[in-house]
Amino acid sequence: MFDNQMRANPYGDDKVMAACSIFGMIDTSGKRVGGQGVIRAIANMHDRSNGLGGGFGIYGLYPELSEQYALHVMYGDRASQRAVEEYLRESFDVVHEEEIPCRRQARVHKPPLLRRYFVDVGSHAAFGQGDDDYVVQRVMEINGGSHDAFVFSSGKDMGVFKGVGYPEDVADFFRLDEYQGYLWTAHGRFPTNSQAWWGGAHPFSLLDLTVVHNGEISSYGSNKAYLEMYDYQCTLQTDTEVIAYALDLLLRRHRLPIELAAKVLAAPLWSEIDRLEPRERALYIALRQTYGSLLMNGPFTIIVARQGEMIGLTDRIRLRPLTAAIKDDLFFLSSEESAIRLISPDLDRVWTPLGGEPLVARVRSREAAGLEEALVA
Amino acid sequence: MASPKLCRRTQLKTYLPTKFIVERDQDRCIQCGVCIRQCGWGVHELDEEDGVVRSHDELCRACHRCVSFCPTGALNIRENTLSYRRNANWRGEVIEDILRQAESGGILLTGMGNDKEYPIYWDHLLLNASQVTNPSIDPLREPMELRTYLGAKPDRLEVDPRTLEVKTPLSSQVGLEVPIMFSAMSFGAISFNVHEALARAATEAGTLYNTGEGGLDRRLYGYGDHTIVQVASGRFGVHQDYLDVGRAIEIKIGQGAKPGIGGHLPGEKVSADVAATRMIPRGTDALSPAPHHDIYSIEDLAQLIYALKEATNYSKPVGVKIAAVHNAAAIASGVVRAGADYVALDGLRGATGAAPKVIRDNVGIPIELALASVDRRLRQEGIRNRASIVVGGGIRNSGDVIKAIALGADVVYIATAALIAIGCHVCQSCHTGRCSWGISTTDPYLAKRINPDIATRRLVNLLRGWSLEIKEMLGGMGINALESLRGNRLHLRAVGLTEAEMNILGVRPAGS
Repeated sequence: MFDNQMRANPYGDDKVMAACSIFGMIDTSGKRVGGQGVIRAIANMHDRSNGLGGGFGIYGLYPELSEQYALHVMYGDRASQRAVEEYLRESFDVVHEEEIPCRRQARVHKPPLLRRYFVDVGSHAAFGQGDDDYVVQRVMEINGGSHDAFVFSSGKDMGVFKGVGYPEDVADFFRLDEYQGYLWTAHGRFPTNSQAWWGGAHPFSLLDLTVVHNGEISSYGSNKAYLEMYDYQCTLQTDTEVIAYALDLLLRRHRLPIELAAKVLAAPLWSEIDRLEPRERALYIALRQTYGSLLMNGPFTIIVARQGEMIGLTDRIRLRPLTAAIKDDLFFLSSEESAIRLISPDLDRVWTPLGGEPLVARVRSREAAGLEEALVA
Repeated sequence: MASPKLCRRTQLKTYLPTKFIVERDQDRCIQCGVCIRQCGWGVHELDEEDGVVRSHDELCRACHRCVSFCPTGALNIRENTLSYRRNANWRGEVIEDILRQAESGGILLTGMGNDKEYPIYWDHLLLNASQVTNPSIDPLREPMELRTYLGAKPDRLEVDPRTLEVKTPLSSQVGLEVPIMFSAMSFGAISFNVHEALARAATEAGTLYNTGEGGLDRRLYGYGDHTIVQVASGRFGVHQDYLDVGRAIEIKIGQGAKPGIGGHLPGEKVSADVAATRMIPRGTDALSPAPHHDIYSIEDLAQLIYALKEATNYSKPVGVKIAAVHNAAAIASGVVRAGADYVALDGLRGATGAAPKVIRDNVGIPIELALASVDRRLRQEGIRNRASIVVGGGIRNSGDVIKAIALGADVVYIATAALIAIGCHVCQSCHTGRCSWGISTTDPYLAKRINPDIATRRLVNLLRGWSLEIKEMLGGMGINALESLRGNRLHLRAVGLTEAEMNILGVRPAGS
């Protein structure tokens, strides 16, 4: 019997810990750009990772098949592949499937079998169930099941590519220099208690939501206990997984605007809330009362992306680094400024956001919401 | 000089040995008579013939009032180490209980909480701290938040995305600046001055105290915003003004010191003030029935909860206090579904002003186990957010508080610790009404010993000290808000517990 939880957390620790480099870039005009820049930028922060995980999230990736859910799946063996493929064909209308193109000579550690499937839910969903919910359930079933298989990307017109190796080597392996997207996120990992497993690398994703993360959440136990009430199974036992589920709950299921979801993860201090205008104060008190258990406590920086937007956020006392920058239509987020300067030396603006201050950049609105607030500060 | 000691009720000569020996250093004693005046039990006496103060050791309860107030430090109290023939079954306490009952023919009464050597699980739980992979936080330099809200939280918050207006109706919440409240102690069981000190300290520290089941003296209505008004089976002192003045209402179903039985305030303690507050004739016994006679089932409880909410226009949380008993998890789940905004669990070691000793010592379960199973059950049922969990019953220090939070509590109740702060030495004699410290008495001569100003300062100091310690421990774990520790059992490890106990507590063994 295969167990993804065992592989993610082989020593059965409270959770899997990791530190990291993170990078994100969005072209707010929606223009799709190649990955060379992002790959160079994350490679420049080589020393922040240790070769045990690298990965990328790309949006605007599959314009020809943008209406289908793109499932990226890794398999440990052919038997698991056959079983899961049978399951996929029973559960979805598979429009297209193929091996994920790879460079076999790349310096990565023991690559699994990697395939992608473009699927429609069609008439498979239960009565009254939304397509998204249906896909989430199937993904959880495969990932929590007994086959050596792991769905590591499941959104539309986007994809996650990740593996064991330095991020630049993972990019080389997946031939990411050949892809284009309007939004790229990247991650280099420095785990302390996990063995090399491809599924454990970042970004972590659920539907089109991806999270790359640098940090360690001290509130993990509280966060996990709360999410379990809403039927999330934290099988990978990583902080990143918990952040992704929290955002899925807040954004997709509870339909909070992303700016408010950010204020749940990095809640303003009570002393700050006490000084707000009455209406705003009522909102933030209610947010903290209701979602206090989703406050992410401890050091973190995250870059969250979903279709059309990218958000950067640090913990409220900013115990992990984040630099933001703007150049024309491009908006950058990075662990280190040097990585941004490397690929765009002549920036319009570069700054360090305040702790807990969300930076949101959206396609077409051109103006990154939240920037003005940061300017004032 | 010892006079023959007789049982008060039956006038039988007692076979009970003396428990404590009063040691008086005659070189230091200046015969000032302070000890004579301070002792509520008449231990010390001036021998008129010799002009020397002597002691009736057999009356001593080891409350140390005389020791604390002797101006020359002439007094010491030690246990009388009278030896019985060694016997694991027929221990001294067992023998003496039988003797006492053979002489009195009644139920043995006692005060305070269970004093037996049942496991104290707090002492088997150890806390975590950050090293390298995440930084610990220094509370002297960084914000550290202890604020907690008591009350039901919604399943989700609906916000208008344009106006950012909250559309979800929110039930009433009480903000607490420290996660520690003063547990229920009734006026009558304790003196007015103690009630006043609790009310003022709760106000100053930004928390709540609890009236207990004896009503609320109108002189304390000014502290209503920091008062939980209790509604118990005797309904003493419950009227519209009382419900209106409190910040929260608590229905008392049970008490950790005496689960399953009611209360009895003897007529001697029902002074004019107590009588007026309880709305009963002066000098009459105040008997609280074992059950509420309008609550014989869970649906009856729901009716009382909503009757109280209706009566107060849904303006304040209504909580329910139960004793920690075997099926606490299922009961708590029912209580939450019945509409309670918080559930207070009172554990095996919870104290009392008076209870049958056999009940205090044998009924109920430790609060740690009850808390862990209630928190787990409410989570399993997906209703943990619908009510706060308050726990009490033997909480001794900030370490116990923070472990309780990590096991799933929102807030803790303290009572014994609060009384110790103002002088109590836990001599377990509250039921006598003769408390030499002026705490559990309504005798004006004794009760005036509690100076409300000083007692308030001592209580506020205690809460401040514990808060500072909690902040240090939180910071050490890399956490800067209390809510991030609530139910976070990963920050606990067990030492010296069985597999079964660890499973119930939901904690892993240390080293794993």
